[in-house]
Amino acid sequence: MPKVVAKPEVCMGCHLCEVWCVVAHSNSKDIVKAFKYEKTPHPRIIVDENLPEVFAIQCRHCEEPDCVFACISGALYKDESGRVVHDESKCVGCLSCVMACPHGGIVIDLDNRKIVKCDLCEEIGFPVCVKMCPNEALIYEEG
Amino acid sequence: MHEKIFEKIEMEKNQTGNIEFFLGEKEMKSFMLPEFIIERSDERCIRCRVCERQCPEGTHRYDGELDMMFHAEEKCVGCQRCAVFCPTNALIVRPHPSQYRPNANWTREKLQDLKKQAETGGVILTGSGNDKPYRIYWDHLVLNASQVTNPSIDPLREPMELRTFLGRKPDSLEIKIGEDFEGVEIQSELFPNVMIETPIVFSAMSYGAISYNAFKSLAMAAKEYGTLFNTGEGGLPISLRDGYGSSAIVQVASGRFGVDPDYLNVAAAVEIKIGQGAKPGIGGHLPGEKVTEKISETRMIPEGTDALSPAPQHDIYSIEDLSMLIYALKEATNYEKPVSVKIAAVHNVAAIASGIVRAGADIVAIDGLRGGTGAAPKIIRDNVGIPIELALAAVDKRLREEGIRNKASILIAGGIRNSADVIKAIALGADAVYIGTPALVAMGCTICQKCYTGRCSWGICTQDPYLTRRLNPEIASKRLVNLLRGWSHEIKEMLGGMGINAIESLRGNRDHLRGVGLEEWELNVLGVKGAGE
Ligand code: SF4
Ligand code: SF4
Repeated sequence: MPKVVAKPEVCMGCHLCEVWCVVAHSNSKDIVKAFKYEKTPHPRIIVDENLPEVFAIQCRHCEEPDCVFACISGALYKDESGRVVHDESKCVGCLSCVMACPHGGIVIDLDNRKIVKCDLCEEIGFPVCVKMCPNEALIYEEG
Repeated sequence: MHEKIFEKIEMEKNQTGNIEFFLGEKEMKSFMLPEFIIERSDERCIRCRVCERQCPEGTHRYDGELDMMFHAEEKCVGCQRCAVFCPTNALIVRPHPSQYRPNANWTREKLQDLKKQAETGGVILTGSGNDKPYRIYWDHLVLNASQVTNPSIDPLREPMELRTFLGRKPDSLEIKIGEDFEGVEIQSELFPNVMIETPIVFSAMSYGAISYNAFKSLAMAAKEYGTLFNTGEGGLPISLRDGYGSSAIVQVASGRFGVDPDYLNVAAAVEIKIGQGAKPGIGGHLPGEKVTEKISETRMIPEGTDALSPAPQHDIYSIEDLSMLIYALKEATNYEKPVSVKIAAVHNVAAIASGIVRAGADIVAIDGLRGGTGAAPKIIRDNVGIPIELALAAVDKRLREEGIRNKASILIAGGIRNSADVIKAIALGADAVYIGTPALVAMGCTICQKCYTGRCSWGICTQDPYLTRRLNPEIASKRLVNLLRGWSHEIKEMLGGMGINAIESLRGNRDHLRGVGLEEWELNVLGVKGAGE
């Protein structure tokens, strides 16, 4: 399963992964425009901190994904490459997946009454958080 | 969930933000002007709060109610961490333009120092090296190159040797050649030497002064490139001994922290530290707060106690005493390792160096006026000692005149900024150079001179677990190796230009140097001719 893995020992809690995740999922892909002039999307990676400990959490793309089993509308499924994918058009916003996910990898989008989750930057082709993390605290495992 | 975390932090911030200012003990009103001005472009700022999180001084503050960023300029130390990490380049941090009435005698710095002292009554501390405009002799020395009469060498096509051996060399070389010219044997007694791939060694920076990650980065880079790092006086953590001991120069300093037989024997060389260029004649003081569990283990002192390095070594009051320690260390290491003695460059440096060599040292390390430090009284850092260029030339000349130059290698420190400085140092007689500040800069340091606060925003000179994780040894060691590689390439290019194919041939070869804009006495001390001569 492809996934992004955190290295807590070198995560410095800058939250830049969240910032760039937002940019990666914006329309313009321009950081200033995305934050200031677009309806700001939610980051799909979340930096959890209990200082000094801190690291980024996102979807693990589990082998046996609890969220997929919990999803009542079939919006969540596992594709051939092993990624756990969210089909927005089918999502009814029941948040069962949020409760089922043992990692806290699913983000609630209250405005749209839906969820968003890590799609490994499908549109761009490579996880942007990994690329932009200034301290190499995120690694992409394609395996 | 994301919102919640933010909300929580916001609440905490809003509660403590400015209020802490009102709640604290009444302090004297400070008359100091802020040192830096922060300009935030509101057009670009996206309120990501990266600057707020990156600043250990608490300069930036987000106000959730107004959705605005505020900053307290008087806290800013100008380290540029926020400006570098701001994802939208919304920040400019620069020296504050506010000025007192211009006065060549009473500069802004002098006035500020005085005011600070009037408010605290203490010694003004600082970090890094002397920043005063003493003459930098490197910038008054130019190098030679081959034209017409002797060919230059292209280092990309022909072998170029930077390999250097540190330690005592035999007085003469006697060689026995076997019958029919087979089997050549060296008859003279050889002394232990350490081989380094480039004449650049990382200066002494102790674990305690710098973070574990910074210390480990230096060790990793030294090992990968085939050179050495220096443990400073804080010992060598057990976890690094097997992996990096053979790339270490281990120090034995006045506090004797972390010295045990294993420490001495895993190392490539042992160094007795007498003095440091940034604070000649002054000891060291690592405050108890920095003596964490791991540091206490490495230094062999109780956790949380101050680590005090006395100003002198209390068992060394003469060259004879020094000799006893040198031989005690040689004995302890079975005469297998070169022993170095490090001193600060002071007025009588040539005579002192001669004594050190006669006492049995295999390496003399000299640290100049501009050498760095983790903490020193500013008045000492800025006024005590002599420039390394003059000290080096004087020592090399003296040892040659006395016919003992071969008995010890000369390592110099304090003031090397680039590969040209390295090559000029070698032409002035150094065997190799120590680099401290350049290595720190390669890891992120911006020479903000606040090392002594323990809040280094780059995670280098701190033990705060939230800050030290900022320095990823994988990345930092890569940067350090790149620095060594880049400088070594440049040194090869310059050597090739001079028509020399081994750094050995340049050592002490002052003919390849000329002085520009120097007085007669300076040329004499340096032993170089003026340009055009
Ligand atoms: S960008 Fe990297 S270092 Fe910063 S919070 Fe995210 S994972 Fe941690
Ligand atoms: S890091 Fe830059 S964009 Fe982010 S809050 Fe600070 S000034 Fe604004």
